[in-house]
Amino acid sequence: MKIFISFIRKEFWHVLRDRRSLLILLGLPVIMMVLFGFALSSEVKNSNVAILDNAQDDASRLLTDRLDQSQYFSVYQHIHSEKEIEQVFRQGKVRLVVIFPQNFQERLAHTNQAQIRFVGDASDPNTSNIIINYASSIIRDYQNELMNNRKLPYTIEVETRMLYNPQLKSSYNFVPGVMTLILMLLGAMMTSVSIVKEKETGTMEILLVSPMKPLLVVLSKAVPYLVLCFMDVIIILLLAVFLLDMPIRGSLPLLLAESLLFILTTLSLGLLVSSVVDSQQTAMFLSLVGFLMPALVFSGFMFPIENMPLPLRVISNIVPTKWYYSIVRAIMVKGLGFSYVYKQTLILLGMTVFFLAVAIKKFKIRLA
Amino acid sequence: MRNLFFLLQKEFRQIFRNPTILRMILIMPIMQLILIPLAADYEIKQISISVVDQDRSPYSQKLVQKLTASGYFQLVEYTQSYSQAMQTVGDGKTDLILTIPPHFERDLIKLNKAQLHLAADAVNGVRAGLGTSYAAQMIGDFNREVREEWMLLPKFNEMPQIEITSASWYNQHFDYHLFMVPGILAILVTMVGSFLAALNIVAEKEVGTIEQINVTPLKKYEFILGKLIPFWVLGMVSITLGMVVAFVIFGILPVGSFLTIYAFSAVYLLGVLGIGLLISTFVDTQQQATLFAFFFMMIFILLGGLYTPIESMPEWAQWIANVNPPSYFIRVIRAVFIKGSTFTDLIPDFLAMVGFAVLFNSLAVMNYRKRSA
Repeated sequence: MKIFISFIRKEFWHVLRDRRSLLILLGLPVIMMVLFGFALSSEVKNSNVAILDNAQDDASRLLTDRLDQSQYFSVYQHIHSEKEIEQVFRQGKVRLVVIFPQNFQERLAHTNQAQIRFVGDASDPNTSNIIINYASSIIRDYQNELMNNRKLPYTIEVETRMLYNPQLKSSYNFVPGVMTLILMLLGAMMTSVSIVKEKETGTMEILLVSPMKPLLVVLSKAVPYLVLCFMDVIIILLLAVFLLDMPIRGSLPLLLAESLLFILTTLSLGLLVSSVVDSQQTAMFLSLVGFLMPALVFSGFMFPIENMPLPLRVISNIVPTKWYYSIVRAIMVKGLGFSYVYKQTLILLGMTVFFLAVAIKKFKIRLA
Repeated sequence: MRNLFFLLQKEFRQIFRNPTILRMILIMPIMQLILIPLAADYEIKQISISVVDQDRSPYSQKLVQKLTASGYFQLVEYTQSYSQAMQTVGDGKTDLILTIPPHFERDLIKLNKAQLHLAADAVNGVRAGLGTSYAAQMIGDFNREVREEWMLLPKFNEMPQIEITSASWYNQHFDYHLFMVPGILAILVTMVGSFLAALNIVAEKEVGTIEQINVTPLKKYEFILGKLIPFWVLGMVSITLGMVVAFVIFGILPVGSFLTIYAFSAVYLLGVLGIGLLISTFVDTQQQATLFAFFFMMIFILLGGLYTPIESMPEWAQWIANVNPPSYFIRVIRAVFIKGSTFTDLIPDFLAMVGFAVLFNSLAVMNYRKRSA
């Protein structure tokens, strides 16, 4: 036991001595939280619009002003013929062209009927959809002002409530995602690379001839990463609560315990990789393709799992991140208790035991 | 020049001997291009709805039928108790609860006014927003039908009306693959370039073979070029492969010319390789190199406009995005692929990329030390 502790101390020195890496390992969650919290949003703001105004009357100018003043649009340029549309889109400066026909105001005043045409650059389909919706609603507001709001009989009123997340903040989606990604990076990738490195540089040989049990040698390498992972979890939770105002609705001890379980899952994956691989580059490549990419894809924070085609949804079940993500979401956002997440917990536990068993079985004392 | 030739020979031999690198440039593009576009389907389909019907009247049933027949909604639970419906939300089976209060039909007909309640699971804000707005639309339609049933509206239109027609260019079917695949191609080139180049030099540092190169009469720039050229070739191979995959799997061909794509890729690759080389000059181990490359790639890619439009970012983030090489390349490759932009349309972007390439490579050459500390 005493030897084991001194081994762990050695490994801590390894990690602590590399200040730059340490800075990144602890800084990465902070930066990701800030980026996702403040820089990235699927909201659309300040989209550039070009106006093709064939009418040049008061109504068309008023609507142009309204578009420009709204937070969603800024009028980037005026164009003078339909031929120019193609060009402004190809240069990628403008996402929407608004076309007013000739005699816009006159038609509106005399026939009560006028037309406006939108041409959207739909190469980004969702954004283009949202932009056209926003622009339409600005036009419709104007139209509603024109008619006196007449009360209609037989009216159904709809009252809408947003559960769990009344302000529709995106942090509820990405915080669990950032956690899974960081833990995969640290637990699986960094751990496996650091073990394989000892193999590659030959120092593994020295460690294995020591009086320590070989398995404990490898386990002691995982301990500092376990501590680092846990620190990152705490950093992320602190930032979520104090920087992004995202309360933890469920029980904190339960959340931490589940996080610990997931950290163990990632570490056992790291051990598994390190026991079958001999070069750092292969370990990295395997972790990147095998763990980080699936973690990114299946953690539900960039891509909606429920929309995926069936084969991908089936595959998502064998990816541990998916289960951890749903646990975190249930506890943190919905405030549910253990009875709601015991199934996911059991699955994660099963995976951890399985990975660990395979890793131990594959573990070779003798180097080839 | 002769020295460079020998060095290149050595590098290529090393690369072809290393199965990991080969696998990386073969498997990465295929995995990424197949997996991510398939996963990145942001279209919201099939919202699952639970109905709490406390009225059980012909009207309430008609409304429920209208919702389920629309194709947007899938009925999960039809019950009279709100708590039972909430249970399905907790389980994650329901996105939306519609509550029809008692006497809905009577109130609507007799009092001219009735209420409905919608509650959405807003953990996923976008889904909740769209779900409630679809439902509100359906209810509005239903409302109009009821109104038409009870009163005769004048057919003649006496209120001013602005008719809005909209056209969506380049991607009429709102195909998300068309949008994502070119973006992923850009990411691919970025990752192959920066990761591989950084790892390669650092591996030589770690194993110690860099000392042997340092004692040769090779010039600094020859050494950097010797590392740059092989990975530049690999990067071009990998973008070609990526385009083949894009065509075979998704049937996506660039609308613009291949020449434009290759011209931009060639210059852009020089830039990212420069970043990789720069990283390799100030780290010592492969583990550090991976971490640094991962760290910067993460920031570059997230701020590069792959998922969220750059113009909706706050000002400080836009500022970063403007000095961020991937944001230029992502925009360019999308423009050429989807809209068929020509080289002349994109000259400012090209100049920016040339600038990046020159900047990062000269920094790398300056920072490279033959002497180890």
